Amino acid sequence: MILALVEHDKGTPEELSLEALAMARELATAEGDSLEAVAFGDEADALGDELGEYGVEAVHCVAHHHLERYAPDAWAESVVQLASEREAKTITAPGTDRGREVLARVGTSLDAPMATNCLAVDIADDGAYELRRNRWGGSLIEHARLDGEHKLLTAAEHEFPIEPAASPTEPSVSTFEPDVDDDLFAVQVDRVETGDEEGIPLGEARVVVGGGRGVGSAEDYDQLEELAELLGGTVGASRAAVNEGWRPHDDQVGQTGAKISPDIYIACGISGAVQHMVGCKGADTLLAINTDSEAAIVQKADWAVIGDLHEVVPELNEVLRDAA
Amino acid sequence: MKVLACIKRVPDTGAKIVLTEDEQRIDTSGLGFTMSPHEECAIEEAVAQVETHGGSAHVLTLGPPEADEQLRTGLAMQADEATLLETDEEEWSPRATADALADGIDRLDDEGFDLLLFGNESADAANYQVAVRVASELGYPCVTGIKDLEVEDGTAIAKREISGGEEVYEVDLPAVVTVKEGLNEPRYASMRAKMQARRQEIESVEPRAETRAGGLEKVRLEAPETDDSPAEILGEGSEAVPEIVEILAEEVEVV
Ligand SMILES: Cc1cc2nc3c(=O)[nH]c(=O)nc-3n(C[C@H](O)[C@H](O)[C@H](O)COP(=O)(O)OP(=O)(O)OC[C@H]3O[C@@H](n4cnc5c(N)ncnc54)[C@H](O)[C@@H]3O)c2cc1C
Ligand SMILES: Nc1ncnc2c1ncn2[C@@H]1O[C@H](COP(=O)(O)O)[C@@H](O)[C@H]1O
Repeated sequence: MILALVEHDKGTPEELSLEALAMARELATAEGDSLEAVAFGDEADALGDELGEYGVEAVHCVAHHHLERYAPDAWAESVVQLASEREAKTITAPGTDRGREVLARVGTSLDAPMATNCLAVDIADDGAYELRRNRWGGSLIEHARLDGEHKLLTAAEHEFPIEPAASPTEPSVSTFEPDVDDDLFAVQVDRVETGDEEGIPLGEARVVVGGGRGVGSAEDYDQLEELAELLGGTVGASRAAVNEGWRPHDDQVGQTGAKISPDIYIACGISGAVQHMVGCKGADTLLAINTDSEAAIVQKADWAVIGDLHEVVPELNEVLRDAA
Repeated sequence: MKVLACIKRVPDTGAKIVLTEDEQRIDTSGLGFTMSPHEECAIEEAVAQVETHGGSAHVLTLGPPEADEQLRTGLAMQADEATLLETDEEEWSPRATADALADGIDRLDDEGFDLLLFGNESADAANYQVAVRVASELGYPCVTGIKDLEVEDGTAIAKREISGGEEVYEVDLPAVVTVKEGLNEPRYASMRAKMQARRQEIESVEPRAETRAGGLEKVRLEAPETDDSPAEILGEGSEAVPEIVEILAEEVEVV
């Protein structure tokens, strides 16, 4: 049996969990095995209907009086106990903070190997998994073998399409009561602090105007701010610009920053390092403004303007302002 | 307080990744080396916590002899001590890495560290597990993905971003914390600090790890196809502005 950890919001499964479930279903189909889901929290029992569309045969809702707040060790121990009872040899999780850290803990309990960021998984003749996984934020692919009595996998983001199963199921929904000691609650969410939301979040913006080292100073971002505002978008930055102290880290696009997927990314004074590009590969189109026609971003862009951004951007702003 | 930062040497790839003929590694001829930005923040945090609370900051890596370069970056950032668990060029699997780090940490210090800082994920492999495995071997609590950390009276108050806010953890020390870039602003090392770091001694220790059958094994690497068809050049300087406006209006439909 293949057991998939599903995160949800009051009974509605999260997108990344459905993607990981798609990976798990491919494996279940290839192995001729069944697919079951495990979920925590309020209203997990409402997951049955939707998960049935994706071929899940049973939904196990973990219930424990101490689990009203997230506790990764207790989650992991519950998954381990359920996997043992249901004889699951392969366990999958979404590529989220929780999915990864819970599965890594399952890995320590079972002394099992774990492959993260998986793009595709095949089964070799000897039963090992032959998989491809992302490295370097997706700018490099690793072909690897995953072998062991238990195999643990997380899915890379947005690689497995969410499609209903050819034959939907009517999953059984049951409660699983784990036996977890108090010391497994040493790490538990104590409280949640809500942030103040301002502007359009980078990840959701339709237009992102990115600025790199070529912008030259914090003040010069005013021009990019104005362009973003005229286009109903938001400003992003390269790591070089963040390191200079011109922009906060929250604005950073890339491997260790935000992943964006706008209709257009306008990259100004950015050279196009792989670690930056993995953050903006979700953009539909890319326009580069750069003084250097040899810059890597000019190769990678759809359109490029060769020139000084301090000349091009203010001029563009003026034309857009007049047109508005 | 004794604080440890664990870091990993990786190639500083530029705009294109080129592989060696045997597809086993990145062709590093002509490349420099670095570490993950998350790990730079781990070093900064270790040093800053020691500046606040007293004690000492230690950096540790498992890697080839050349990884002393990254340890010296840590020393130049004012870490007090550095240790290399010396391997050959081969990259170790995450389980073996965690074994060796946990064993090395045990051997480094009888009293043990109060705070053990890791990157949220390594820059190259992104296994998201070495820290969790080390914490489990040492029997310490572990929080991951932290972008805000305070230490008070033997407790770490750590915050992780969630949609719409942050979730807050309070864990007793000793604890393992994995951090993300944005936690702090790593300091620039002065020329003088770099010179001093060059002369400082780095302890080299032979790593020990359990051998297990199977596991996660790299077979080969592949550089994914990228679309290298050059961009359409709209023009030079502001003469291109009318073309940009047309694209924004017609192709992308944002004006
Ligand atoms: C593990 C790791 C993770 C990383 N994560 C990230 C990440 O998340 N995000 C990120 O961005 N980087 C990341 N980096 C850093 C990355 O490798 C590059 O160093 C960085 O992206 C370079 O930023 P840049 O393009 O702004 O600067 P540069 O590479 O210095 O490029 C500046 C560009 O501006 C152009 N220019 C200069 N003046 C002008 C002008 N007046 N008008 C127009 N163009 C001009 C130049 O021709 C040049 O192309 C990471 C690195 C590592 C090792
Ligand atoms: N070879 C290594 N030496 C020291 N620390 C490491 C090593 N590999 C991984 N780590 C640490 O573990 C973190 C997570 O790595 P990973 O599990 O590969 O994503 C890294 O950010 C480092 O802090």
